[in-house]
Parts: sequence; structure tokens; C-alpha cells
Amino acid sequence: MRPLITALGLLAAWELLVRLTGVPTYILPPPSRIASVLVDRFDLLLEQALWTGAEMILGFALGLTLGAALAIVFAASAGWRRWALPLVIVSQAIPVIAVAPLLVLWLGYGMASKVAMAALVIFFPVVSSLYDGLRRTDEGWLELARTMDAPPRAILLQIKLPAALPAFASGARIAAAVAPIGAVIGEWVGASAGLGYLMTQQLARGQTPLAFAALFVLCLLGLGLYTATDRLLRRLVPWQSFQGD
Amino acid sequence: MADLVVPSLSVRDARIAFDGYLVADCLSFEAPAGRTTCLLGRSGVGKTSLLRHLAGLLPGTTRAAPLAYMAQQDRLLPWLGVLDNVLLGYRLRGDEAARRAAEPHARALLTEVGLGDRLNALPRTLSGGMRQRVALARTLCENRPVILMDEPFAQLDAVTRLDLQDLAVRLLAGRTAVLVTHDPLEALRVGHEVRVLYGSPFTVGPAIVPPGPMPRDPADPALLALQARLIHDLRGTA
Repeated sequence: MRPLITALGLLAAWELLVRLTGVPTYILPPPSRIASVLVDRFDLLLEQALWTGAEMILGFALGLTLGAALAIVFAASAGWRRWALPLVIVSQAIPVIAVAPLLVLWLGYGMASKVAMAALVIFFPVVSSLYDGLRRTDEGWLELARTMDAPPRAILLQIKLPAALPAFASGARIAAAVAPIGAVIGEWVGASAGLGYLMTQQLARGQTPLAFAALFVLCLLGLGLYTATDRLLRRLVPWQSFQGD
Repeated sequence: MADLVVPSLSVRDARIAFDGYLVADCLSFEAPAGRTTCLLGRSGVGKTSLLRHLAGLLPGTTRAAPLAYMAQQDRLLPWLGVLDNVLLGYRLRGDEAARRAAEPHARALLTEVGLGDRLNALPRTLSGGMRQRVALARTLCENRPVILMDEPFAQLDAVTRLDLQDLAVRLLAGRTAVLVTHDPLEALRVGHEVRVLYGSPFTVGPAIVPPGPMPRDPADPALLALQARLIHDLRGTA
């Protein structure tokens, strides 16, 4: 309840500021104007939101799956670790955003290039958080498993992997927060649909209120993805207690 | 126990060292087959090191036989319920038939340690003593010919401790067991023989064999006299 009051207070201050200073609407529209655009252009915004939402969710799922798979492969095989792990780390030196135009060139203006962009942005946090978790298994559990004659595969899947889930959950939360950035940047570089595309297009035409409305919907989408992910992870890792709930 | 080959455990001229610190040198020790040997000593003397040596858990050591090892920490997996923790070995080995066959035994063990009504509870909902009882049930459920236990009753209240010592005596019968403790009376109650560890680097004293069948009555004057002697020995080895 309290954050809502804070938000309403900020909106009121914004409205007041615009009215008192007389800033033109194409520079900074007042919240009341954005709200009315949200209502008037609801159909358009919903259509674009569905498109961008699909890009975000698909990119999130793809990056999560590939990242988790690679982390498990690294944990299971010393060969992969030696031949490919340094490459994954070095690849982080490439600014992912700079790759966006290439992705559009290769995958086109459609959804694929945005999905790839979102997946690429979250790939590294996912790999590194899960791989880190897989390496930090409690030595006592590993010892117990060895005295029980557990095969290495069972140790990986039944001990290391569940033990790494809290670390993976941290990576997945970061990924959920970052995936929308990937999708929107992909749209800015070259797209024919989506909220990011709508924003650039409307800003260029001086339709700032609609661009703000698109930004607002984008925030809701990101928040939705993060909240859903967080809920799901808490259910997946019920033995982890959270402080400050 | 007829299906198990129960070996003795022995150490010949062993050397145990960590980071240049010598724990034991020219160490020889034997735990006779099918009997319970209690290792008694002051804290830090090297009881756990000897146990880990026997378990093949120290670098350069191998274990002599299939065994169950109960560490001082309960090492319960936080994402598994109590029953699944007890059956962990069977789950890890992936033998579904063996796991199903062992499940009634696991349930019976948990009932005996007083946790028959908490089969699905997660470890974080249990007290320290309860967790130790789950770990004890897990160790005994492994049904191994050799059982090594490091202070298995340390977290328990006095009455539960007596009950579980009785249980351990019954379930360790016929197996080769080595039990580390720093409680002289506990060693005298549950061990066929008691060995005192003393010195640095440590040596293992001669076998003390308390009279009578186990579990022995803690109020027996003969036992109390032995306890007084053990305490005297331990004090002299500070």
C-alpha cells in the first residue's frame, strides 16, 4: 500500500510541474494526458504489448535453457571446461548491444532477432550463476555421497544440481529483469512491431504521449515477467528461507 | 547379517598429517570384526582423523570394505523430506528395487528414533537433536558391514541418548563398528572395547574391555569404577 501512495505522490508532483512550467506536451506530457492516451489507444498498445511480451518470454526461456544446459555441461565435463569456458567468459567483453544490428541483418526484422537478442543478454548471468552454484556444493554432502557409492551422474543430478538451485534462482531473477532490455533494443535497431518499435516511431513524429504510454506498458510487462519468475522460483526452492519477507 | 561379509579394520604404520601438522605417526590400530570399538579422547586429539582414515576419506587412503559413515554434522539434504533423506543411499545408487525393499526398514528405523510421524518433514523444520536422529537412521539404513560414527549422540538430550545407545547396540550387533566419543560412560556402555587416544601426535592405548553384555547399566559400580579410571587417564594426557 505504501509504495502505491509514494507513486501517486510522484505522479501528482509531475502533473503539477508540467502545469506550472507549461512545458510543451511533445517534450514532457503530463500523467493525465498519458492516461487518456492509454485508454484511447488501448487496442494498439495491447497488440504491440503481446508482440513484445512474446519476444521477452521466448528470449527468456531460450536463454535460460541454453545457459542452464551449458552450465551443467561445464560442471560435468572437464574437457568442455578447458576448451570452452574461457571463451564464454571472454565473450562477455563483446558489448551485446553492439551485436543487435548484426542479429537483425541475419535474422530479419521479425521476432527471431529480438528473441535472440533477449536470450543473448541473459545468457551469461544464467551460465555463471548456475555454474558457480554447481561448483560450491557443500563438501560434506559430496563426501556422504561418495561413502554411499553414488555414481558421478547421480551426484551431479541429485546433489549438486538441487544444491545449486538457489544460486541459479539469483541468476534467473537477474535474467527476468534484463530480458526486456534485450527485446526492446532489438526493436529499436530494426523492427516492424512491438512497444519499442512503437516508441521510436511515435517519438520521431512528436507523439510523445503515446511513446510514454508504450513505455508504461513496457514497465508493466517487465514487472510481470519478474514477479512471475520470482513466484515460480520460490516454489521451486521451498527449502530456502527468505529474510525480509 | 548372514549375507554380509564382516571384515576387521586395521591400520599399519600409518601417518596422518595436515598442512605440515603431524596428527599421528607409525600408527597401528585394529578394530576387530563384528564388534563395536569406541575411540575415546579429548577434543582435538585426532579421533575424527583416525575415523576418516579408516573410511578412506583422507588423501591417499582407501577404504577396506563397503561402509556407512556418520559425520559429526548431520549432512541432511535440505530439499528432501526425512524419509527420503534416510533412503538417500538407495536413491543415489539408482536401484529402484532396492530402494523399495529398504523403505519399510527406513520407516521402522524412523519410528524407533521417535520420528515416525515426521516422515515428510523438511530438515529445517527439525531441531538439532531430531536431525541427528535422522542422520543415525540414515546411517543404519545403509545396512553396511562396517559402520563408522563420529559422536553420533552428541546433540541428544540425556534420556534420548540412553534410548538411542540401546538402539545402536541392537542394530550394530554383528557388524564392525567404530564409534568416536568424548564421553567415557557412553564408550563403556556401548563398546565391546574402548581405546583411549592420547598425546600429540597421538597413540592408541590398549583395549579396555568392560565386563558384561551391552548396553551396560550406567549405574553398575564396576562400570563407574572403570569410568573413574578412564577420566583419570584422559586428565593425565592433557
